[in-house]
Amino acid sequence: MAEFKMPSLGADMDSGTLLEWKVAVGDTVSKGDIVAVVDTEKSDIEVETFHGGVVSELLVEEGTEVEVGTPLAIIDDGAATGTPATESPTTAEAREPEPQPEPQPEPQPEGPEPEPGPEPEPAGRPPTVHSPIVRHLAEERGIDLATVTGTGPGGAVTRRDLDAVAPATTPATTPTTTPTTTPAATTPTAPTDRVRSSPLARRRAEELGVDLTTITGTGPGGAITVTDVDAAAGELPTTEAPPVPSHATGQEQAPPTGAPRERGDRSTTVRAATGRLMARSKREIPHYYLSHTIDLHDTVDWLERTNRDRAITERILPAAVLLRAVVVALSDQPRLNGWWIDDELQVRESVDLGVGVTLRGGGLIAPVVPAAETLGLDETMDSLRGIVARARSGRITGTDLGEATITVTNLGDQGVESVYGVIAPPQVAVVGFGAIRDRPWAVGGMLTVRPVVTATLSADHRATDGHEGARFLATLDRLLHEPETLIHREKP
Amino acid sequence: MNHDEARTVIATGLRGIAPEADLSEVDGSQPLQDELDLDSMDFLNLMVAIHEQTGVEVPERDYPKVAHLDGLIDYLADAS
Repeated sequence: MAEFKMPSLGADMDSGTLLEWKVAVGDTVSKGDIVAVVDTEKSDIEVETFHGGVVSELLVEEGTEVEVGTPLAIIDDGAATGTPATESPTTAEAREPEPQPEPQPEPQPEGPEPEPGPEPEPAGRPPTVHSPIVRHLAEERGIDLATVTGTGPGGAVTRRDLDAVAPATTPATTPTTTPTTTPAATTPTAPTDRVRSSPLARRRAEELGVDLTTITGTGPGGAITVTDVDAAAGELPTTEAPPVPSHATGQEQAPPTGAPRERGDRSTTVRAATGRLMARSKREIPHYYLSHTIDLHDTVDWLERTNRDRAITERILPAAVLLRAVVVALSDQPRLNGWWIDDELQVRESVDLGVGVTLRGGGLIAPVVPAAETLGLDETMDSLRGIVARARSGRITGTDLGEATITVTNLGDQGVESVYGVIAPPQVAVVGFGAIRDRPWAVGGMLTVRPVVTATLSADHRATDGHEGARFLATLDRLLHEPETLIHREKP
Repeated sequence: MNHDEARTVIATGLRGIAPEADLSEVDGSQPLQDELDLDSMDFLNLMVAIHEQTGVEVPERDYPKVAHLDGLIDYLADAS
């Protein structure tokens, strides 16, 4: 027996709404099958199962909002009853404390600053990694995690452990509003604007030009069903514009027509979620910023030659080369790839590369290319194409929103020369690329015109210093002069 | 194909990329990517969508010719 649980689909997710079951009791599922659609603040996420078997019970009705980790369904995998349920690997709690040998932060002779330094750990025991949710809850309740005895894997503190120390003061599940990290600093009204509805109902509403906020849902938990939409469409003339919610500001206002309302709502909640994370970043992280302009002649030239012989569907974009170069450069400066947790840097071995994707409705999400260091250039391009397509169509999957270890933001196509990103905690760096533009450039004492890009690094000064950051950008420069070495996944 | 057909092909291709795009509001002499706020991935996807409909594969060296809507329409009309 295995429990299928509400996964954590991002650092700032505490709960999610089960929108839609993709399976029914009695269905046989295999590992990787999509079993449910979950609504988070940012997107509808299709969630896959990591257990094969027969769905024996659905524990949560569509339209219900539950906390992360709540069992949603029972999948009978033929294993003996009583086997402890294993958590799905996408959930942060299960993923992070994996007992992999954590590379000790390497000694750092050149650092002019006193570094926090590797804390003397008991021999043979990797440093404890707590999940983002637990860290978040501990912070909220004023608990020092070091004082809590963890019962999770690797001695990690679990939510239950926290509850034992200091129970939540607020009800565990708030049915309509999303718990906010910092109640004082955010507008608690924003998430209540959301309307519970199935994706099918939303599509129907968009087709029919029905405003979902005007409909009373008859589905589970008051969710709006297709039938409700049809009924409403029958009795409502679709001319009346809904009142714009008072908290919406500026460009985030929903357009004054019925149909695109739902999109407006989504962009408001994405805005709110991004805002909370970025405010926390700027409160907590001492950023330092570096920039370096790189001659892309070799890369652009090589890409032109490479793409000429390829089918249109197999062409590689410069953006993929830039991502691949970042991943390779990180192997030289691994301390930029990791998380700042409990006052220390945890270098991650796997490069889970967050890629900033702007959404057409407004807002930004950063889906993840997992284990990017295992991908060659073509695979990186495929992965990029996939996450951008899924992000923009609002059908992000659970694996897309794993927790990134570093983020790359590329505002290049919007024409700006450089972009200095804001670090998404608990990450310790964000790399930015501006537009690739032709510029005057000195080569061998002569002035010529070259395609150049400005690469920037915003990094957490608690984790690294400018010297390491500068070396990272210098490595990036070198790699982009030998792009052919980036095509295979072996380190050049 | 004639110019109207080319325009329809482009509009169809854009449906999955920029659903809100309205070609009648696009200034055909201005860069299409700016007019419709398309990034390089969107533009590549548009070229792929056009290829799927018409079999026309625009090589990268011809990108400057198809950077504007007018140029893209002419290009498609000439190509088939």
